[in-house]
This record gives sequence, structure tokens and C-alpha cells, in this order.
Amino acid sequence: MAPRIGIVGAGHCRFGNSSDYDLVDVIAYAANEAFVDAGGLALRKEVDQVLVANMAGGLFNRETAVASALVSRMDMEPCPAELVENGPASGASAVKLGYMAIASGMADVVLVAAGEVMRSVTGWEATDIVATMAHKEAEYNMGLTLPGFAGMFTRLYMQKYGLTERDLALVAVKDHDNAAKNIYAHVQIPVTIEAIADGPEASVVNNYVAEPLRMYSTCPITDGSAAVILVNMDSPKARLFKKKPIRIAGIASATDTHCVHNRKDPLVLDAVRLSAEKAYKMAGIGPKDISFAELHDAFVIFELLISEEVGFFERGTSFLAVRNHETDLRGRLPINTSGGLKAKGHPVGATGVSQIFELVRQLRGEAEEGRQVKDPKYGMAVNFGGFGNNVVTTILAKD
Amino acid sequence: MAIDELEKKLRPPEVALAPYPAKVITLASGETMVVRECTRADVPALLATVYPLIEVAKDYYDVVATRMYNEILSWYRYRIANEFVIVGAIEGVIAGIVTSRHVDPKLGMSLHTMTIKRGLRVGAQLFAAKMEHHLEYLKEEEVWIVAESPIGFKRWMIEYELEDRSALYPGVRHELGGVPTFALTRKLWDAVKAVKCTGTRPVPPAALKTAEKLIPPEEYIQLPGWKRNG
Repeated sequence: MAPRIGIVGAGHCRFGNSSDYDLVDVIAYAANEAFVDAGGLALRKEVDQVLVANMAGGLFNRETAVASALVSRMDMEPCPAELVENGPASGASAVKLGYMAIASGMADVVLVAAGEVMRSVTGWEATDIVATMAHKEAEYNMGLTLPGFAGMFTRLYMQKYGLTERDLALVAVKDHDNAAKNIYAHVQIPVTIEAIADGPEASVVNNYVAEPLRMYSTCPITDGSAAVILVNMDSPKARLFKKKPIRIAGIASATDTHCVHNRKDPLVLDAVRLSAEKAYKMAGIGPKDISFAELHDAFVIFELLISEEVGFFERGTSFLAVRNHETDLRGRLPINTSGGLKAKGHPVGATGVSQIFELVRQLRGEAEEGRQVKDPKYGMAVNFGGFGNNVVTTILAKD
Repeated sequence: MAIDELEKKLRPPEVALAPYPAKVITLASGETMVVRECTRADVPALLATVYPLIEVAKDYYDVVATRMYNEILSWYRYRIANEFVIVGAIEGVIAGIVTSRHVDPKLGMSLHTMTIKRGLRVGAQLFAAKMEHHLEYLKEEEVWIVAESPIGFKRWMIEYELEDRSALYPGVRHELGGVPTFALTRKLWDAVKAVKCTGTRPVPPAALKTAEKLIPPEEYIQLPGWKRNG
């Protein structure tokens, strides 16, 4: 039987622009914060394994092998360290591999640190670098980018289910409201539905990025880092950490076709559904047990689609729940309490760990006043890579 | 005021420029920003706004602030020809400033764009207003533009797809030190103005009144911990 595995330390930097800093330093910042949170920097000597999530440091920063560099920067030699690269799902993939390392018996304490510094290049270059995860011959070489894909995806959903651009704006308003209260968020500015959808100037203030997606339907380009410390709750080392562990109740991933055109229905995200089903099964719970969720809304349409695939809403109805404020902080199922990728920001390799950091804060009751979910028991994070072809679902529990 | 003969010789010749009509823009935050042309009476508030940013190296605020301070002061003291200054103000507080110069009936020379309140595309709106003045009200045929910062380059050269005239150097040479010159032509402007330039006119009197007396910001996101008179 696998041991109980929990998170005893969590760290995060303020997301935004870190392009003046070295990538390894940005990641080390969050890692140090995680150790401080767990009880002190001396605890880094208890770590059996370091996993670093980063998607494209070689392209954004001309820095590679950042896992071993981090160990050296943090004076943690000879701790073994490996880099995990799984597109924008790198963060949660690293947490999953950390879980597996402990479950296998090879480690009792694992540091998972994640970071990305994207603003070292122009927005167009960043979009191009992120697009390299698409299928090279069928997609990337044809000029497809992730915003382009998401635009087509959104149009399809609109035609099938009646979603409107105003519905997309409502998701953005909710996410920005949450981010405005989150000290770690990149864009801490609330926006109004009048200004970005209803008003006479909305079409310029909220301009098209990839029609029908507008600026406020799309995440910003963000730098940042996040880290968590995983521990075998049944090992003697667990007692060294001062914080009560937040247990990983379920963690699972799934893979879909690399080419989107190979899917029967592009609007069906099999990898999201399958990873969630496995995570629910592992946790012994279902969608109705989830208190709140962080869903990978690089484009707000993803928040809607993912919330349907994981079973929160019937297919084609999630935007109606947004209209009814069901996913607001005070709604029946708060979604993206951190502000989501949309407003908190999306430093690609760091996002999965940042989502889990938010689950930990909420489950501990440590979120800022006005942003704390009431009495949460289970939190879910869905970290989404490629165009839905590699997805990790994590469920944390407050025991 | 009497101007002596020497001063007359020192002042550049100026032509009467068509005025830029004020407009109001609702920003994404829901705040309304009045965009209007400045007069010399606004100069003390403008200079007080720009001055603290002279020491901010990040994003080339130091370079832009020192140059803009000079441009506004030179305009105030009649040492630059045919300059205009446009300001964006939210409840009277200065959110951004742009400076520019009318060279001749065919050419405008964009000087600087400074965003004070960040994260709401204030700079983008004010840059668009500056271009609107050059091409719609001053009726020039094109505007020459340079950028000091990477952010400026992304916002203007890339987003507007400006014509790169750097290969024509030194025949085409922007006044700001001969750095690579780009141009917004009327054709380019006509192609982008619907998606770049907005604002409602006339400005309701109550809104306009809020921007009558400009107020320098108390704090700057670019200067953490800094407070005016603090």
C-alpha cells in the first residue's frame, strides 16, 4: 500500500516581470519560500530528491540543466535533481513524479520547484516558442499558434452551444476580481463588464487577439515561480516539518492525440476527462465533493471546457453557471480563486505548481481576506499541456 | 508680456496648430480617462509627474523621463517649435503623457509616450491619441517614430506594423539622436485606427471638469514605497 503523501511547504513569488533576473534565481526564490513556510531553510538538507519544472528555459533564456543548477545555487549538493519538461503541464507533472518517487520508496522528502521567465523575449517570440509544442508538420509549420487554436476552438463552442463573447468576458471579470485580492497575482486590477464587453469603447479596450478571443479572454505573458515540498507522512522525517500536511488524495495524468485534427470531436478533451476520472478514483470521491478548483484557463474557454470535462457541469452549460455566479468566490463551486492563468498569470512551466500552491493556501485557510473559500475540504487542479494532449489532475485534501 | 529683441531671435518660429478635441475613454477597470491637449498652465503638474521617474532605470523610464522633462520644459520656455502635449487623467490624476511635434504640413515627429498608471493600456490609448492628432487634425501624411524601450518597440513598431525606414538613414533620421526610424503612414493608420483608437466626444462637462486641474500622482508602481511629500 502506498504511503500517505502530503505537502508540508509551499512557496511562490509575485508573478509579473522577472526578466531582469536569472531563471535559476527566480526558481530558487520560490523554493526558499517553501522551506521558510515548512519550518526553515535548514530543512533543505532533508530533501532526498529535487524535481524542477521548466518548459523552455533553453529557448527563453538560453539556460538548460536548471535542476542541477538549482541544487548548486541552494547549497543542496549532493541531492539528486532532474528537470521535468511536459509543456505547460510541466509543473503538475513534476509533482506527480515527486509523488511517485515517494510512493516507490526511493525518497521521503521531495522538493518540486518550477519557474519560467518568458518576458525576456517579445510577446510574439513567446507565442512562437510556446507554439513549438504543437505538432511540427501539421500545426506549427503551418503557422498555428495557441491563441489561434483557442480562437477556432471558441468559435466551434459558440456555434454548438450558444456561448457569446460577453460570456467570455464574464469569466475574465470573475478571474480579475479574484486576482485583485491575490498578493501573488500578475494583474491585480479588477475589470468591469461594461468596460470590456458592453461599453462603446470595449472593442478597442478589449481588442481581438484571435477572433473571437479578445485580450481579456487570454492570459498575459508572465514570469514567475512556485514550489512545494512533498513528504511521506508516515516517515519519521514528516515530524521535522512544522506545517500539518495537506494530503495528495489523487493525482493522475492522461495523454490525447498530438494532432488536434486526429480527434473525433475537437471539443471533447479526453485527456482532461480521463485524468480527472483517475484522480477521483484514487481519492475515492467524485465531482460533487470538490470544494473549489484551479482550472488551466490560458484562454477563458478552457476554464469552461475543463469544468465540463471534470464533471462539474453538463456539456455546453458551464457558461450558464458563470452567468449565475455559481463559480464566483461566494458561489457554490468557486473556480480559479487565485485569478487563474487569465489574471494571476501563466509562466508556463510554473503554472501547475502555482495551481497546487493555491490549493494548499485555501485548504490551510491562509488565503487573503475576501478570497478565502469557506471550509474547503477538497481542492482540484487541472494543469493542461499542449492543446489538451497532456493533462494532469491533482486533488488535495484537508484531513 | 513684453518680449525683447534677443528673446524674439531665440524663440523658434511657430505655426498655429489645429486643436486636439478632448475625449473620454472607459478603461478596462471601469475608470474613465479624460484625454486632452495640455496648455502651458498644466506644465508644473506635468513636470512634477515626470520628475520622480528620472531615477527609474527599469524599462528605460529614466531615459524617457529625462527627455520628456526637457521637452515639456522647452515647450514651456519657447525653445522647441510646434510641440504639443496630450495627457490622460483619471479623476484629474495624471495617468500618462505624450509629447510630439509638428514638423511641417506633411510630417509629424513623435517624441515620447510615458505610462504612469500601468496595466490598463493607458500608454497604448495615449499613443493612439497622439497619432490621431497628427493624422486626423493636423492632417500630416506620416509620423516618424522611434522607441527607447523594448516595451515601446512591441507596442508601436510591432503592433502597428510600422514601416521600417532605418535603411534610408541618414536621409531619414528621427530627431531623437538618429536611432532607427519607423513611420506610421496614413495608409497604415487607416488600416489600424478602428482597432487602436477610441474615445467618446464630446466629453460630458462634468467629466471634463475633473481633468481641468491636473494632479500629479501620489504614488507610482514604478517606485515602490515612494510617496509624494512622503
